[in-house]
Amino acid sequence: MAALNVNGTTHQVDVDPNTPLLWVLREQIGLTGTKYGCGIAQCGACTVHIDGVATRSCSVPVSTVVGKQITTIEGLAAGGTLHKVQKAWLDHDVPQCGYCQSGMIMAVAALLKDKPKPTDADIDANLTNICRCGTFQQIRAAIHAAAASA
Amino acid sequence: MNYMPKIDRRSFLVGTAAVGGGLSLGLEIPFGPDVVRAADGSPEVNAWVVIRPDDTVVIRIARSEMGQGSLTGLAQLVAEELECDWSKVTTEYPSPGQNVARKRIWGDYASTGSRSIRESQDYVRKGGAAAREMLIQAAANEWKVPASEVSAANSTLTHKPSGRTTTYGKVAEAAAKLEPPKEVKLKDPKDWKIIGKPLKRLDTADKLTGKQQYSMDVRLPGMLSAAIIESPVFGGKVKSVDAAKVAGMPGVKKVVQSGDAAVAVVADTWWQAKTALEALPIVWDEGPNAKVSSATIADMLKAGLDAETKFVGNQQGDAKAAITNAVKKVEAVYSYPFQNHAAMEPMNATAVYTSDKCEVWTSTQNGEAALAAAAEAAGLPVEKCDVHKILLGGGFGRRARSEYVSHAVRIAKEMPGTPIKLIKSREQDTSNGVYHPITQCRLTGAFDANNNLTGLHMRISGQSILAAIAPSRLAEGGRDPVTFQGLNAGGTEGVFGYEIPNLLIDHAMVNPPVPPWFWRGVNNNQNAIYLECFMDELAHAVGQDPLEFRRKLMSKHPKHLAVLNAVANGVNWGKPAPQGVYRGLAQQMGYGSYVAAAAEISVTDGNKVKIHRIVAATDCGHAVNPAQIERQIAGSFVYGLSALFYGECTVKDGRIEQTNFHDYNVMRIAEMPKVETIVMPSGGFWGGVGEPTIFVAAPAVLNAIFAATGKRIRSVPLKNHGISFA
Repeated sequence: MAALNVNGTTHQVDVDPNTPLLWVLREQIGLTGTKYGCGIAQCGACTVHIDGVATRSCSVPVSTVVGKQITTIEGLAAGGTLHKVQKAWLDHDVPQCGYCQSGMIMAVAALLKDKPKPTDADIDANLTNICRCGTFQQIRAAIHAAAASA
Repeated sequence: MNYMPKIDRRSFLVGTAAVGGGLSLGLEIPFGPDVVRAADGSPEVNAWVVIRPDDTVVIRIARSEMGQGSLTGLAQLVAEELECDWSKVTTEYPSPGQNVARKRIWGDYASTGSRSIRESQDYVRKGGAAAREMLIQAAANEWKVPASEVSAANSTLTHKPSGRTTTYGKVAEAAAKLEPPKEVKLKDPKDWKIIGKPLKRLDTADKLTGKQQYSMDVRLPGMLSAAIIESPVFGGKVKSVDAAKVAGMPGVKKVVQSGDAAVAVVADTWWQAKTALEALPIVWDEGPNAKVSSATIADMLKAGLDAETKFVGNQQGDAKAAITNAVKKVEAVYSYPFQNHAAMEPMNATAVYTSDKCEVWTSTQNGEAALAAAAEAAGLPVEKCDVHKILLGGGFGRRARSEYVSHAVRIAKEMPGTPIKLIKSREQDTSNGVYHPITQCRLTGAFDANNNLTGLHMRISGQSILAAIAPSRLAEGGRDPVTFQGLNAGGTEGVFGYEIPNLLIDHAMVNPPVPPWFWRGVNNNQNAIYLECFMDELAHAVGQDPLEFRRKLMSKHPKHLAVLNAVANGVNWGKPAPQGVYRGLAQQMGYGSYVAAAAEISVTDGNKVKIHRIVAATDCGHAVNPAQIERQIAGSFVYGLSALFYGECTVKDGRIEQTNFHDYNVMRIAEMPKVETIVMPSGGFWGGVGEPTIFVAAPAVLNAIFAATGKRIRSVPLKNHGISFA
């Protein structure tokens, strides 16, 4: 049994300690906004924040995040108010199929915390999530809009 | 117009049987007391339109949404004729089982071939128009005035002489009891207010918060999860399985064989199932294909370049004689590899089976095919089965295949009453998928003494999708017409855009044992590379500008020429490019639309490509939502250029070697070029949008690479040539 702090709530989970955090979130806790895409930390669809750091949860054994603050896409909108990245995504009509966007939004939210006004080069260097629909052009515009917003 | 409340159910049934179930209007006529109701009890005005008392308009969408935006576009088509308030529009999918029960009232569910809008626009607009007329009539009846005095706009009905008003929600119940009009007149496109507007998608909000449900996210009470492995060698079978070895592993419930070539482990969670599957000893009978490799397949294709064939796709004059008599001859051989779809959401389906019912929850591009697959696997009549369609995490053609539904149902059938969620791992999805067909092409061009192009022979050697999956759909003598996408002499789908006096485009069918499938753009992808890169070669062979060379051959194809001219103007073709920047062009017609692209690139160190800018033009006839079309066009460069730079599935020992994104790489944001789109609908026809631009992406960039380096690349991917993104 392990205690996980996810989006400010403590969950008692009974799983093999090697189980990836992704599958604990999805199958034990029922938070399915975090997506399975590749399982090998390539695509970023499973990105969550662990103590504020964007992390690919498919490759993190659950035993290593006990006692840490885990934030998923479901917990990003504090008090029901959309995070500025979500707001920019809405304004720019970013998602197509949307499957990658939970991870994309979490990665960008973390990027903006580190670099509040990222340049295109910063975006290129830091955002390596995969989107097969090809929403990158809208994503770039939305990141700059989010950075410019309060 | 005065519609009488219907009283004679029997005559209606007879009547609709005679006209094919009412699909001509997309209507099913409801009956006075028997109003057809949506799940929440709201009345159906007709099969396409449900209006709730609070004025919410629920528009039924038969086709699948996978990111391409047709859900929003189809709703626009209905809403335009319905004259409803767009802010009150929501959508829902009627299930394929409901479609069967109602005699296919919603028509075709297939969302492939960029056809969702273009092939249903007529009947969905008529559905909206008929509902509007019925709402008008209901208001007129209530007010006891002629319907001609009532107008409809923005979900409000107005009696013009008196100024009285009511809303759709207030009269929907009465409207649902009326007989629909026999004929409706669709609006003139010049009067459109919703069609043609760059409206935002209807399905964005939940995708930003994790609330959006994909079929991967389905959770049912008592549900178990299954992981599956299929024979690593195509055509192989299961020889033996030692289920006892994993029986004691955590969560494991059962080991199930699905068909003769797949084994699944069922467990409490998918992670447990996958872990146990990896530990499960399986012996495979590898079958006859265990020695097949990329090299043996390439040899088969190469032989096809010289083989006799009777499969002709396009013929004018005598190309072989023109080539024999040529003053100058140009020849080149191109090739295109297997590609994996690599949709972000791995294939999955959830099924519950009992002896008299089977239900499936899944993301599918073809709900009716998924239903048929479920019924077959369940061994139940189709009427006892249903498929609940869920938004797709990408499709690209892959989700038109329903084998994951079959597997889920077969496994569920082994555990009646227990919901089973089957997920194919990314590894299974990559190495045991279905693939973009592999082909080679030899092109031979003939010039006369004045450097006029007198002949062209395109010999395609390679795989036929239809021969593999639907032989009954092959044309005369076994010819696969899909092979010739974009190269046809006529028709409305994909017309060859050049006039060449002597032309022969033929196909030697060569079918290696790797399953081919439709892959966004399908055969247009390689056909456009072959033709458009070779046109570039021909132009250079006679010292002519590639744009001017094409233009001379395109006088009879003004729509092809118009998009080509648009992109040429967009990049200032003919004027000097910035220092170190080089340009390439391509055009093609496919899925009923005309597309062209121009690329501006620079190359450093001879092999590092920076794409500075793409200008892409599309004439899709009617542009239902230009904002979403722009997104499809921009996204097409990610899909098309991922294939060009990285995409290749190779074969060794009868199996695909690639397993995941680390060895089947795709583009990231850093590699995304700036894409400027020109949406230039010329009206009068309906073309597709989701696929066409894919196929001009690669040849435009390849031609620019030649301009920059003088090196002609004739095979994909560029990584095999040591070329990468800068």
